[in-house]
Amino acid sequence: MKYMLIMRATEDAFASFQAIEFDEIVAEVGRFNQEMISAGVLVAAEGLDDAEQGVVVDFSSEPPVVTDGPYGEAKELFGGFYILEVASKEEAVEWAKRAPMTGPGMKTEVRRVTSIDEMPQDNEWIAKERAWREATGQL
Amino acid sequence: MGTVSGSSDRQAVEAVWRIESARIVGSLARYTGDFALAEDLAQEALAEALVTWPRDGVPRNPAGWLLTVGRRRAIDGFRRRSALDERYAAIARETDAAEGDDVLWDPDQIDDDVLALMFISCHPVLSREARVALTLRVLGGLNSDEIARAFLVPTATVQARITRAKKTLAAAQVPFEVPPADERQERMGSVLSVIYLIFTEGSTATSGADWIRTDLAREAVRLARVVAHLVPDEPEPQGLLALLELTAARFPARVDRGGEPVLLEQQDRGRWDRAAIRRGSAALARAVGVGRGLGAYGLQAAIAECHAVAASVDDTDWERIVLLYEALGRLAPSPVVELNRAVAISMAQGPASALPIVGRLVESGALSGSHLLPSVRAELLTRLGRVDEAAAELDLAVRLCGNERERALLEGKREALRMPR
Repeated sequence: MKYMLIMRATEDAFASFQAIEFDEIVAEVGRFNQEMISAGVLVAAEGLDDAEQGVVVDFSSEPPVVTDGPYGEAKELFGGFYILEVASKEEAVEWAKRAPMTGPGMKTEVRRVTSIDEMPQDNEWIAKERAWREATGQL
Repeated sequence: MGTVSGSSDRQAVEAVWRIESARIVGSLARYTGDFALAEDLAQEALAEALVTWPRDGVPRNPAGWLLTVGRRRAIDGFRRRSALDERYAAIARETDAAEGDDVLWDPDQIDDDVLALMFISCHPVLSREARVALTLRVLGGLNSDEIARAFLVPTATVQARITRAKKTLAAAQVPFEVPPADERQERMGSVLSVIYLIFTEGSTATSGADWIRTDLAREAVRLARVVAHLVPDEPEPQGLLALLELTAARFPARVDRGGEPVLLEQQDRGRWDRAAIRRGSAALARAVGVGRGLGAYGLQAAIAECHAVAASVDDTDWERIVLLYEALGRLAPSPVVELNRAVAISMAQGPASALPIVGRLVESGALSGSHLLPSVRAELLTRLGRVDEAAAELDLAVRLCGNERERALLEGKREALRMPR
């Protein structure tokens, strides 16, 4: 079973990272990643650039409003994700609990990653997506 | 707002155990110098966790908690025995001097401990069944019930195997260590073959109705990743990992929606797991990159890769597969390899070239109890238009086949031959 750990934090929690040495963050996160690699469960991981560098497209009005920077009223920002291959949801949760550099204002959401096999196989769009996955070696 | 997660406390403890059992048993084995004792201590710590965590909550550092409990129990045991045995008295004094978890939880030591644990669980003094059970128990963190379910044997049988295995290791005075260089290759071979055995048991059940017991096969892939990571400079651990990833990549296409098996040639290759193929190819490239040639697992992985990268059966590089089977036959000669070489030749050069090889295998008497030989012979004869002979071979194959679903597949082929065309 594949699970995604979605790392979420409030702006304040992200700001608190500014005070920590970059090398320390890299070492802490690196150790955590290494543990999951050693255990044979890590299959993918990506981190996101600062939310301030991002753009939000808000569909509350027509046409949608495009704004720079963080989500505005959103309480939490996404920081990155891991995809793990584990035997159970509980095991994914256990890995989530071990993430370093955590504290108040930070949350990790644990969600099962669905497989294309769960989609209707006779649908032409699913077939196209499958072909793309096949050609590019996507998860 | 969500409610507090509904997972049972027991499931939470088991999840911790799956992640930590290898490191906990490994650390305790190094600490006590006694693998069997370490396994007992770890199980006692787990039993205590199952009682106290649901009551008091899961501790902040669950692994540290388990290790501390195991260590305390070890010290209690040493103290009790120190009156009788000076060796234990010395250990008890040393452990008093070295208080704290740091001694046990040394990150530089953990990899060595896990590796030593793999070597001892797969030690050649143990029976094959014992190696498998012990590996799944200490490295996989599975309990006896789970192992018993996976292998369709009673729980008591698994428990007896593990107890006997620990006694055998103690009687043979097997040290808890990464074996010295002169023993290393043979011992590594045993570790890899146990993982391979777990995988094959999971991917083709030798008995019963389940064609693929995916959980068991996935656990084998995970163990192969662990070894490949611990031993990056040897070709065969990478080769085994490549073989398992590339084989597991086909799982989604190996049975149809009704649970019936689908043979390679009829599989919808779009359903193959491309990410697993990529991981397998990367592991194979690492095995090649070591520069000492491919071993038996590496060669089988190279064959699996030929299938994985081909768009169809016809597009497959059968000439290369023939060469790889020839190399495999030189390295690890076996009737099954010879039979597979025959199948590859039939694809590369036609069924007539392959039939004599199968004929020689029949004459040799090898594989006489297996359904594989008549199955392949039937296939070749069918392609040559010798339908009556093919049907007779399929009758034999059906009689010999032990897997219900595979047998149904063979029966289907036989029926198809009897249809007027």
